[in-house]
Amino acid sequence: MTDSMTARINELTRKYPDREAALLPALYLAQREYGYITPEAMEFIGETLSIPKATVKGVATFYSMYLHKPVGRHLIQLCTNVSCMVFGAERLVDILRDRYGITPEGTSQDGRFSLVIMECIGACEQAPAMLVNNELHGNLDENNLHSILERYK
Amino acid sequence: MERFLLKGIENTGSADISGYRKAGGYNNLAKALAMQPAEIIDEIKKAGLRGRGGAGFPTGMKWTFASVDPKFPKYLLCNADEGEPGTFKDRPILEKNPHLLIEGMAISAHALKTEYGYIYLRGEYPKAKDILDNAIKQAYDEGFLGDNMLGKGIRFHLSVHQGAGAYICGEETALINSLEGKRGQPRLKPPFPVNSGAFSMPTVVNNVETLANVPYVIQIGSAAYSKIGNPECPGPKLFSVSGHVERPGVYELPMGTILREIIYDHCGGIKGGKKLKAVIPGGISTPVLPPDKIDCPMDFVSMPKFGSMLGSGAVIVFDETTCLVRVCYRALKFFEHESCGKCTPCREGTAWLRSIIGRVEEGKGKKEDIDLLVDVAGNIAGKTFCPLGDGAAGVVANFIKHFRSEFEDHINHAGCRFRN
Ligand SMILES: Cc1cc2nc3c(=O)[nH]c(=O)nc-3n(C[C@H](O)[C@H](O)[C@H](O)COP(=O)(O)O)c2cc1C
Ligand code: SF4
Ligand code: FES
Repeated sequence: MTDSMTARINELTRKYPDREAALLPALYLAQREYGYITPEAMEFIGETLSIPKATVKGVATFYSMYLHKPVGRHLIQLCTNVSCMVFGAERLVDILRDRYGITPEGTSQDGRFSLVIMECIGACEQAPAMLVNNELHGNLDENNLHSILERYK
Repeated sequence: MERFLLKGIENTGSADISGYRKAGGYNNLAKALAMQPAEIIDEIKKAGLRGRGGAGFPTGMKWTFASVDPKFPKYLLCNADEGEPGTFKDRPILEKNPHLLIEGMAISAHALKTEYGYIYLRGEYPKAKDILDNAIKQAYDEGFLGDNMLGKGIRFHLSVHQGAGAYICGEETALINSLEGKRGQPRLKPPFPVNSGAFSMPTVVNNVETLANVPYVIQIGSAAYSKIGNPECPGPKLFSVSGHVERPGVYELPMGTILREIIYDHCGGIKGGKKLKAVIPGGISTPVLPPDKIDCPMDFVSMPKFGSMLGSGAVIVFDETTCLVRVCYRALKFFEHESCGKCTPCREGTAWLRSIIGRVEEGKGKKEDIDLLVDVAGNIAGKTFCPLGDGAAGVVANFIKHFRSEFEDHINHAGCRFRN
């Protein structure tokens, strides 16, 4: 890990009265930097913030949006909760598997996409909905799913 | 009704400070900074403002508790975790009207003599993160935040703290743990956050919509505010409507608007002219209602009389083609996934409920399964550490209470005859 990483984590701590409070943003920082939260990153963050290694791991694994293994170039986060389910979200999961070889918690063989099944992402008025990386796509169906995914190479 | 919370959001650039100021934005902050903190709290009390996060707690009372506690510094936390399935009412404020929230927080901070605030934003709203960061920066630049708000020598610092995908962090004590860099598990109460919350200091946690109502109270005064909607819990309310309606979306309507009116007038009725089968009125944790119970006023005091709750005002509508056992199953999958694991009845119970409903839905259920579900749910209710477990038990109990025959049909016919 680099000096710049230390500086950036220290910068995060300035927002809080207590260094430990910078743990969640520091984990996000590591995830953006390395694609997922590596064991080395957890150790480094723990040392920088004076938090025991086991505590860092306990926190990092509690929250579902922290990734603990490498993922594909694009992360699909598809909601299948009730409002999305009644408009066919589960069918979309089948299509992703059959047509693209992407299974929940898995990555396509070409390394292009990973898929995570989400609980409600607060876009139920455009159900079914998904986030691809940080972009929201709604009113999905069999046809537009394909054209949307084509934008992510 | 003239909109306040969602005023001007259809205009491009509504999230920008210049448009907000042109429409009179931050004038209410100027007015409030000329008032004494106690005066503001009194106004909020007289207005009858109640929390919009789900529980409907009187905001003025909460503020009084925190302000009489002699410890400093105090913290103001905005709950923007919005995780209750079906709920997307705070998102338009966060993405399209962020300065209203910032203004509401600045006024609240002055009332509470709080110098530090955080917006706890769910990780699933990355766009809102950028918009809020930008809006906060603009507010600092123009002197509405910082060490010297509007040159009045009043200090308030605000930033965004991003959650990372845990529904339980919407519960206020779990939210505080998560802010402090811990696992987001609920804390034992008492002590209540108003006395010992974030960093062990007096802390007020309020929902986005609650805080966005504060400038409105200041603008029109408590007397006028308390006349909007049901006087027992007045004010404008945001309803997020999804499922089988013609026009899903977020609607700002007076508290106490009739559910039937929301579905049939504002949302254009059931999609494709189909028949209504069921409605979840306040987010997935609130009891489901059959079609003959939708003449209920949507507010905190009326809904319990109709056997449900206002919750977050998230209306989910199901038409006649929906399999309600499947809906119930998906809801329990959610609770199982989001159980924080701290207490056994919830951790184990939600898994059992999900598994039994799953086999019923697949057509592998036994006659005894329905009573078993009622029994398991009964054993969870009232025995959990926080309301999440109760919510899960209530979902099962109410789906069976109103739609028992649909569960029985799955068992008797070894499968689903409802979906098409
Ligand atoms: C499991 C659970 C989840 C909750 N989720 C939220 C939420 O996403 N947003 C929210 O504002 N309140 C949520 N609450 C309610 C908060 O605990 C708290 O009552 C609320 O933020 C207080 O603000 P208010 O008085 O302005 O409503 C949740 C409560 C529980 C038990
Ligand atoms: S009821 Fe569930 S979510 Fe709440 S503390 Fe217990 S295990 Fe955690
Ligand atoms: S249920 Fe899918 S976005 Fe809300």
